Amino acid sequence: MQFGLSESQQMLRDNARKFFAGECPIAQVRRLLETVTAHDDALWASMTDQGFTGIIFPEDYGGVGLGKVELILLMEEAGRALLPGPLFSTVALAGAVIDVVAAPAQKKKYLEPICRGAARATVAIPEASGSWDPADVQLSVANGKLTGEKLFVPDAAIADSILVVAREGVFAVDSKAPGISIKPMPGMDQTRKLYSVRFASTPGEKVGESSGLGKALDVATAALAAEMVGGMQRTLEITVEYAKTRKQFGKPIGSFQAVQHQCADMYLETESARSAAYYAAWALEENTPDAAVAVSIAKMYASDASRTVGNRGIQIHGGMGFTWENDLHLYYRRAKASETAFGDATFHRERIARLVIDAGAVSAQSA
Amino acid sequence: MDLNLTNEEIHFRDELRAWLEASVPKEWDEVREESLEERFEFLKGWQRKLYEAGWAGISWPKEYGGRGASLMQQVIFWQEMAQAGAPPMANVLGLGIIGPTIIAFGTDAQKTRFLKKILSAEEIWCQGFSEPNAGSDLASLQTEARLDGGHYIVNGQKVWTSYGWAADWCELVVRTDPNVPKHKGLTVLMVDMKTPGVDIRPLRQMTGETEFSEVFFRDVRVPVENVVGKVNEGWDVAIGTLMHERGTFGAGLQIIYKRNMDRLIDLARNLHRNGRPAAQDPLVRQKLAQCYAEIEIMRLNQMRAFSRINATGVPGPEGSIMKIFWSELNQRFQQIAQELLGPFGQLTGADGHAIDKGIWSYGYLRARGNTIEAGTSEIQRNIIGHFVLGLPRSY
Repeated sequence: MQFGLSESQQMLRDNARKFFAGECPIAQVRRLLETVTAHDDALWASMTDQGFTGIIFPEDYGGVGLGKVELILLMEEAGRALLPGPLFSTVALAGAVIDVVAAPAQKKKYLEPICRGAARATVAIPEASGSWDPADVQLSVANGKLTGEKLFVPDAAIADSILVVAREGVFAVDSKAPGISIKPMPGMDQTRKLYSVRFASTPGEKVGESSGLGKALDVATAALAAEMVGGMQRTLEITVEYAKTRKQFGKPIGSFQAVQHQCADMYLETESARSAAYYAAWALEENTPDAAVAVSIAKMYASDASRTVGNRGIQIHGGMGFTWENDLHLYYRRAKASETAFGDATFHRERIARLVIDAGAVSAQSA
Repeated sequence: MDLNLTNEEIHFRDELRAWLEASVPKEWDEVREESLEERFEFLKGWQRKLYEAGWAGISWPKEYGGRGASLMQQVIFWQEMAQAGAPPMANVLGLGIIGPTIIAFGTDAQKTRFLKKILSAEEIWCQGFSEPNAGSDLASLQTEARLDGGHYIVNGQKVWTSYGWAADWCELVVRTDPNVPKHKGLTVLMVDMKTPGVDIRPLRQMTGETEFSEVFFRDVRVPVENVVGKVNEGWDVAIGTLMHERGTFGAGLQIIYKRNMDRLIDLARNLHRNGRPAAQDPLVRQKLAQCYAEIEIMRLNQMRAFSRINATGVPGPEGSIMKIFWSELNQRFQQIAQELLGPFGQLTGADGHAIDKGIWSYGYLRARGNTIEAGTSEIQRNIIGHFVLGLPRSY
């Protein structure tokens, strides 16, 4: 048993960290969040060159063919850099959905362009209810035409296709198709733009059944949890650095236990969230019986912890933490958006209850 | 990353599991109800049985009677012990801390004299560390030892001495030089608890039990050959060993938590709340799911920490969060159990209405000790702040 990164996994993580530090420093993040889509073509092309857009997809479709653990490491580093734009929505979300639910011909059509950086995609699930549970979806399709509205669709304005979860299955819709209207939903986090997408007799192509969706959404949810871990890690680093240098009463504030203990708790929460996210990725990769529980544990914990870590970090910064100039609020905004996306902690606790209490204990610990 | 057991680990587990299946005493549940002394005699017998089968002190090197077990084998050992519902071993401090201290710092004569009897539970050990005025600030301890020919003369008082009342020997930290900085003047002595001048008084704790003792030393004569390591280097001897304790027994603790959790879920299915099974109440479900998740994360944090030690030989930073995590988790868990059981949660085993013979009221009170014993949560956070995050010392 070895719950640590292999050499090649460490290398992948280190390379990703170096890449984001060079190509997407915080100044770039601040520039992009002021733009309409937070997307940058040059950055996207560099990420494609790195293989990021095809990381977990089969080589048959131009992907790199790596596993979920590698995806999680990439997303963690993207979160640490607060990477703006559609890497999550295109790769970890839409790509994962196509990979799981679609037939080979459609994978060729939708997945291959994603792998070679030629297309972007996103997935539309929640509606007026605000629920990420596919069982709550109302939108239905008649004669291959979609009518209805989806909310909180990430990066819809720069997606070439939108995968719409409808009662009849998953449908790919061209973002330029007739009857579609995409409107921004300005929220706290401006690094990942959200949209409402309205369909009026819009043609769509069925790519798969909703039944396979659970597994794909688990991949996306675990990837998001890992991204949140990266955000927590960066918030912790910024805060510890500040606590070492900021002086009051003639001493670094980090020498006061009231401050030190908050930092210790940030560390505990970050590491615990990391353990849960890594395990979820491994469980998905291995298809263990507890994979769905593991994903919910990871997202549940990250949802609460990323908010708490942000709270503590801002508090320790005092007045500086409340300024626009300081970067913490950028992470804090992302943390809140991610907290609710794909189900908040309450949502996932209920899912754990269903899987564990109602269905009988599903545990990796029968070993 | 591969969380599956290797073939070798599976082989080890299966061998142990088969032995435990055949050997775990069935009467442990009844013995639990007996007096502390009777229970302890039973646990000595159990350890003797483990010893004879080669399962006591498995982490110790083979030349000293252990198995030289790998870290993962130790983890599996504690998991299987817990899974089998095996009783604890009587000489827990001797096996986990004092034996390894003697192996690391002791003379050949000391090793020959003491190690085998630790393994067999023939001699029970306690640790004389904390004092009334030296708790978290252990290095400020005042119990003094003055050299008088071939003996040290010990005077002072220790407190919170686990198994003090049952112990034959004590690993005692004393001040041998009061004129140097506090960490520098300490020495570790091995003291026969039957020496004249040793006075052991049981310390009754808030659970009503007497796990701990106060131990008084008045002109106690300890031969100089009972010094462990070098004189005035006792801090490194005592704390060095503690720091190398890799906490594999925590893997067993996690299994026990998991079993408690399963039991609580089972109770929730049968207890009623607002006219339906409590397990269907949304608020109860939230709380149970939170605990379930945290117990799983406890396992994952442990496995990451153990894997790190396995790969690098030293405990990684993950290790430092384990104590805070399990102790605070257990307190939250016990409170949720109390909420679920309602008025029945407070009952002791003496009342026929008590659920599970009153273990829940005991568990609730005992959990308060978790964030205090073996380094308070405050000290643990200081350690993370200073040693892991590199913040300036606060004291």
